[in-house]
Amino acid sequence: MKLTSNKLWIFQDDDINTDVIFPGRYTYDPLTPEQMATHAMEDYNPNFAKEVSEGDIIIAGNNFGAGSSREQAVTCLKAAGVSCIIAKSFARIYYRNAINEALPLVISPECSNLILNKKDEYQNEQITVDFDNGLIKTKDSEFKFPKLDEQALKIFQAGGLVNYTKERLKEKI
Amino acid sequence: MNGQTLIQKILASASGKENEGVAENEIVFVSPHMILSHDNSAAISKTFYKITGPNGKVWDPNRIFIALDHAVPAPNAVQADNQKLVRKFVQDQGIKNFYDGGTGICHQVLPEKGHVPPNIVILGSDSHTTTHGAFGAAGIPIGRTETASVWAIGQTWLKVPESFKITLDGDLPKNVYSKDIILEIIRQISAAGATYKSIEFYGSAVAKMSMSERMTLSNLSAEMGAKAGIFPVDNVTDKWNKQFGFKYDRISADEDAIYEKTINLDISNLTPRVARPHKVDNVVPVSDLPKTSIDVALIGTCTNGRLDDLKIAAEILKEKTIHPKVRMFVYPASREVLLQATKLGILENFIKAGAQINVPACGPFLGAYCCCISGGEKAISSANRNFKGRMGSKEDTGIFLASPATVAKSALAGFITSEDV
Repeated sequence: MKLTSNKLWIFQDDDINTDVIFPGRYTYDPLTPEQMATHAMEDYNPNFAKEVSEGDIIIAGNNFGAGSSREQAVTCLKAAGVSCIIAKSFARIYYRNAINEALPLVISPECSNLILNKKDEYQNEQITVDFDNGLIKTKDSEFKFPKLDEQALKIFQAGGLVNYTKERLKEKI
Repeated sequence: MNGQTLIQKILASASGKENEGVAENEIVFVSPHMILSHDNSAAISKTFYKITGPNGKVWDPNRIFIALDHAVPAPNAVQADNQKLVRKFVQDQGIKNFYDGGTGICHQVLPEKGHVPPNIVILGSDSHTTTHGAFGAAGIPIGRTETASVWAIGQTWLKVPESFKITLDGDLPKNVYSKDIILEIIRQISAAGATYKSIEFYGSAVAKMSMSERMTLSNLSAEMGAKAGIFPVDNVTDKWNKQFGFKYDRISADEDAIYEKTINLDISNLTPRVARPHKVDNVVPVSDLPKTSIDVALIGTCTNGRLDDLKIAAEILKEKTIHPKVRMFVYPASREVLLQATKLGILENFIKAGAQINVPACGPFLGAYCCCISGGEKAISSANRNFKGRMGSKEDTGIFLASPATVAKSALAGFITSEDV
């Protein structure tokens, strides 16, 4: 799988938490993914939900997705069209939730550092993410990133945990 | 293989590898002793049927725990519908451990009802599932889809984490509490500093801590990113377990177990701490804070809503009146806590001081329901998160986290203080 970015969303803060990605006040409303997308990043960047589009990539700092286990913080970004998030690091539950929803997350402190530090320079540039080879290419540099562990990869390749567990239940019968 | 840490031993046992042991970073398949969820069970049940089809059955109705605790009593028809869906699911699936609204917060009710023996794995669709480490279990938080998957198939994969060893020695000074200890630890480790790690707590100060105080530490381990925060079983745990008649062996980490990080803290000189907006690791001594007026003071949550927390706050409020510009809300963590607080006259102190007593629940602390603050307002709270918007307003000017004692003293003063007013 290979992705080319549409727009880059460059979030320079560390510890961007699930409350600002998907506010708690909506957590127990039964919303569709599309409805969730209209609240994506609402308390962090109110313009995000209006301006985000298919194929956008988020670049973030350390511990993206900190805090609550709420999975809507993954669902809303995926439904909003975000194709991938590249960060220095991710919070643990967020990372698992993303595997389970098959939203690709890339851990690359080097790539994040470069783009976060030179936001203006990279804002309108395209990047490509090559998952088969674990490689990000920017206009002038390349970064290797670790591939998913085997078990996580299986879930991701099944299109998420719902499909993966469906298959396993079939095997059991 | 090197000596095994507590989490290695617990995960080895939960994955059927007691004899050979498990290595750090190894992937293991674990079947939980119990899997916990709350109001989110409505959404989880929908995902469950997506996996299994409309006639699907859960893998084991005895090992699923559901407590309605976030938006209770239902504030509107949408939430009432949600909760109806959960009750129907519980009935259809024959789920044994269901606790309806008013019983209390899941992390309080689970151990209170005797569902947390030592040495086992609790999975939970709530980030504060780490709380159950206080009982010598591995409480590991997961998300909604994963919970639905475990309901269907009875297991999930876990990576065996590296561990941190935190040793606490000394005696707590007067007016300093377990909340202050863990806020200081979070300041030192940072909000991301224990991501993916399991924390083990040791030391002479730990031996003196009650189960409730330990729960505060395990609970807030989540705010350093930890996968688990475990207290090895000791005499205090054994005493608590007697009421449930659990049979177990005491397990302990091997002497040659390897820890990625070791932290030693002498708590004898610790002073009251406060986490400033909008991050839990933004911690300073309360005395370093410039004069900060507050609009709301909160006692409650799975972090600090237990009987000892209420008792400490009520003693401070006794025969006093809260500041006229402060609204104070009290949320007992469970019906049992509420009952005991009633019997002991604790509630009377709160009520006479002008505080508002609420149904045992956690909802207000995530801005989903009830006791929200308005734009431009500040709150002091005994909760676990001070993220922007956490109490309902994205224009809040700050949620400050502190011990129940500091919350009570601040409610009297009208500004944040740990001094007697």
